[in-house]
Amino acid sequence: MSDQDLHRTLGLTDHEYKLITEQMGREPNEVELNMYSVMWSEHCSYKHSRSALKLFPTTSPRVIQGPGENAGVVDIGDGWAAVFKIESHNHPSAIEPHQGAATGVGGILRDIYTMGAQPVAFLNSLRFGNLETARGRYLFDGVVGGIGGYGNCVGIPTVAGEIYFEPCYEGNPLVNAMCVGIMPADQLVLGKASGEGNLVVLVGALTGRDGIHGVTFASEELSEESEEKRPAVQVGDPFMGKLLMDATLETIGKKLVTGVQDFGGAGLTCALTETASRAGTGIEVDLDQVPLREEDMHPFEILTSESQERMLLIVEPDKLKAVEEVFGRWDLKPAVIGKVTSGETVTARYQGEVVASVPAASVAGGAPVYNPESREPAYFRELANYDPLNMPLPEDYGEVLLKLLAAPDIASKEWVWRRYDYMVRTCTLQGPGGDSAVIRIRETGKALAMSVDGNGRHTYLDPYRGGMMAVAEATRNLSCSGADPIGITDCLNFGNPEKPEIYWQFSQAVEGMAEACRVLNVPVVGGNVSFYNEVQGEAIYPTPVVGAVGLLKDPAKQCVPALRRDGDHLFLLGPQEVSLGGSQYLKSWCGKVSGSLAEVDLEAERDVQDLIRDLINADLVQSAHDLSDGGLAVALAESCLSGRIGAQVNLAPSDYLPLALFGEGPSRVLFSVAPEDADRVSQLIMEAKVESSKIGIVKGDALIISHGDDIILKLELSAMQAAYEEVFSCIME
Amino acid sequence: MKFGVIVFPGSNCDLDSYHLVRDVLNKEVEYIHYSEKSVGRRDVIILPGGFTYGDYLRSGAIARFSPVMNAVAEFADKGGLVLGICNGFQVLTEAGLLPGALCRNHHLQFRCEQVFVRVDNNSLPFTLSASLGKVLEMPVAHGDGSYYAPPELLEEMKANDQIVFRYTDQNGDVTPQANPNGSLENIAGVCNRAGNVVGLMPHPERAGEKVLGSRHGLIIFKSIISYLTGREVVRNV
Repeated sequence: MSDQDLHRTLGLTDHEYKLITEQMGREPNEVELNMYSVMWSEHCSYKHSRSALKLFPTTSPRVIQGPGENAGVVDIGDGWAAVFKIESHNHPSAIEPHQGAATGVGGILRDIYTMGAQPVAFLNSLRFGNLETARGRYLFDGVVGGIGGYGNCVGIPTVAGEIYFEPCYEGNPLVNAMCVGIMPADQLVLGKASGEGNLVVLVGALTGRDGIHGVTFASEELSEESEEKRPAVQVGDPFMGKLLMDATLETIGKKLVTGVQDFGGAGLTCALTETASRAGTGIEVDLDQVPLREEDMHPFEILTSESQERMLLIVEPDKLKAVEEVFGRWDLKPAVIGKVTSGETVTARYQGEVVASVPAASVAGGAPVYNPESREPAYFRELANYDPLNMPLPEDYGEVLLKLLAAPDIASKEWVWRRYDYMVRTCTLQGPGGDSAVIRIRETGKALAMSVDGNGRHTYLDPYRGGMMAVAEATRNLSCSGADPIGITDCLNFGNPEKPEIYWQFSQAVEGMAEACRVLNVPVVGGNVSFYNEVQGEAIYPTPVVGAVGLLKDPAKQCVPALRRDGDHLFLLGPQEVSLGGSQYLKSWCGKVSGSLAEVDLEAERDVQDLIRDLINADLVQSAHDLSDGGLAVALAESCLSGRIGAQVNLAPSDYLPLALFGEGPSRVLFSVAPEDADRVSQLIMEAKVESSKIGIVKGDALIISHGDDIILKLELSAMQAAYEEVFSCIME
Repeated sequence: MKFGVIVFPGSNCDLDSYHLVRDVLNKEVEYIHYSEKSVGRRDVIILPGGFTYGDYLRSGAIARFSPVMNAVAEFADKGGLVLGICNGFQVLTEAGLLPGALCRNHHLQFRCEQVFVRVDNNSLPFTLSASLGKVLEMPVAHGDGSYYAPPELLEEMKANDQIVFRYTDQNGDVTPQANPNGSLENIAGVCNRAGNVVGLMPHPERAGEKVLGSRHGLIIFKSIISYLTGREVVRNV
């Protein structure tokens, strides 16, 4: 095979090959070409997304480290910092759901402790096709089992998540894993190979042939041949992951290491070239020193293996012994595989011969940046013109609500999260099932609230508004718990960006997200782009997922959705404009994904979030719940169910009741207030000039909704509970 | 009064026990590395939850060969108090310090949830502050918690009053619905014949603060403390 053919086989274009020869000043040999191909894959180089991602605001007075490192770092006061990131593991999970999801969790975990932070929580965002097929159930069960299998074993609680089901994810499920950590701010370690003469040390699992070209596999569409790529899926070892995490954190805490980098996609190649290029140094590595699991591995295999649970440490020679002692306590043996040099070249030797010598910055950052063609897809205007208000009226709104509560998108996910240890480390003040999870920080007495959100259906119908709504909802969830949003991380799941319609979805969504971040004053500190989520040419819904983190200064003030006391007043906060376009009602009751989304007023969103936080911090709020899928009726039902108490609500006059009950729109919060505080709250709402109405009271053991003098919906708690809570055990067992 | 928490490779609830003893109960506590040959001068040894050696073989089957386990056995032999929680319970059964075995949950899934357990023996150093039949709310979080003992062993255990905790409903009734893992006769925790070694699958260390949902787990630690305090008082007379 000539080099010309080889580069194409490895996923590089002729143009890219030419660029490589220019940057190297010569033709690459086979090993070098392999190194370039993994690092210049979409997964590692972001070549189709980088120009759009520049739109995100990435700074704020709190941001210590923005995008570009292993994870973002945000100041949370008292000398402490929060470290977080979300990442996709979609393609591996489509082929081998258990290991695909498990290694997704393991990978994001390493990203966090690589920075020096103690991981404290996992979150995840999942998308599947239909649970009515055996394969759908296999993927769902496997992913949930994989997430639990890894997270439970490493002893970091899985505290929040979201799951949606749409036919478009049938062959290409989404598995986005997020991890949050905390650390003393001065303990930050970067992935830099600085200090000429420092040792390059590899520690952890043995290097095998698993996951070779995993990143290349992740950078193309799934097809019938994908099943053959099963060997490109890595296998996780959470036990090793736990030992490696504890020992690495100990070496960082004792200041024994100069730089730390985990092995993720593109394995050793990525770790070497990224650490060298960040520091402006070079590395000489001896591949014979890499502890191998298999015999006769080719140098390119050693350089690109994605074997899990490995770390690269940069260590001053006189600290090596101390590093060995720390790892030795857990029977781990660090291997010195090379040293930092003054050049800017990464050189690899194998059996005495130089097998690769590449410019670090070129491999790690020299990939071209593409500005793909963008075109509005034909479906966009067609679907936006659909008017859902022409649908016939349902006869029984109670029946509709029960159907929505039993829709897998909305129904209780307890069947899922009881398979995750969400309590280990005894810091979980609010676990799964609320608007956001809350983790206390023992060292500062404060707490972090966290949430993941994304709605592919919305983003499909309107990528710009959908992008805005993803940021708005994730941060609103934090505000509803009383926390100040301090940063977000995003996972952008899209189809093939080389198709103009897909790139249009992507750029629109990014613009919407960026605009929301600016107005809501929340920086993006890291994230991940996952393109090529397509099977047989059919793309998934454009699915940006936002992971948001907030600071709760006084954990005792934490607010939850559960209604509390008979007689409390119910308020609905926020603009009243809603839409049935893309709503859960339209999907679950009418069987349609169509229509246009409600307008997003970001200033109103900001005012609503500011106000609900202020009210919570003034101890004036008994419960708060963000309105999202299924609109007001579902939010009411959820608040009743989690509080095990009913409510009586009067709807504002409406021409079309499904819109009032099930319409969806951003910026809305349902909250309850003790009767003695109601006047004060009304006063504060007026002063803040935020739209709001008093809609009813907490009462009894049924949800009763009237319109004028008519009761239009009456459901006992027990009926709603049966619909809401038994869905997954019925489907899966 | 000194507590020791053993840290095996893969233990992950060591921090939770340590935190509870130090920060909630204000007692002295130290970690004990699995490679230690002695547990030192300590009054209570806790084997915490987690996934020792990944539980890749049988839960607890490898950890029981750790050097420290000989010391734990000696300590128990001399009457020292040993508490095994979750994976710690599994290690103690594998080590033969407690009777029976913990098998895969009958539904084959990991299960994390709040459960109720009833105190069926309150004459132990671990339970003396509880009334007999007291119902405690505590979380479970395990995949291998289905307790089993062969019939003759079970009879012997009953005769010796070795069944300490049973899964029940809120009212203290043993029901199939209250059993989270298929344990024989809803057994959640047992003790050795001498009553100085106790293991249980639920996590009392996760039920020690109101903000975490329940404080019922404290009764076990408070029993231990009042037992040891009583002994210290007697010793000092």
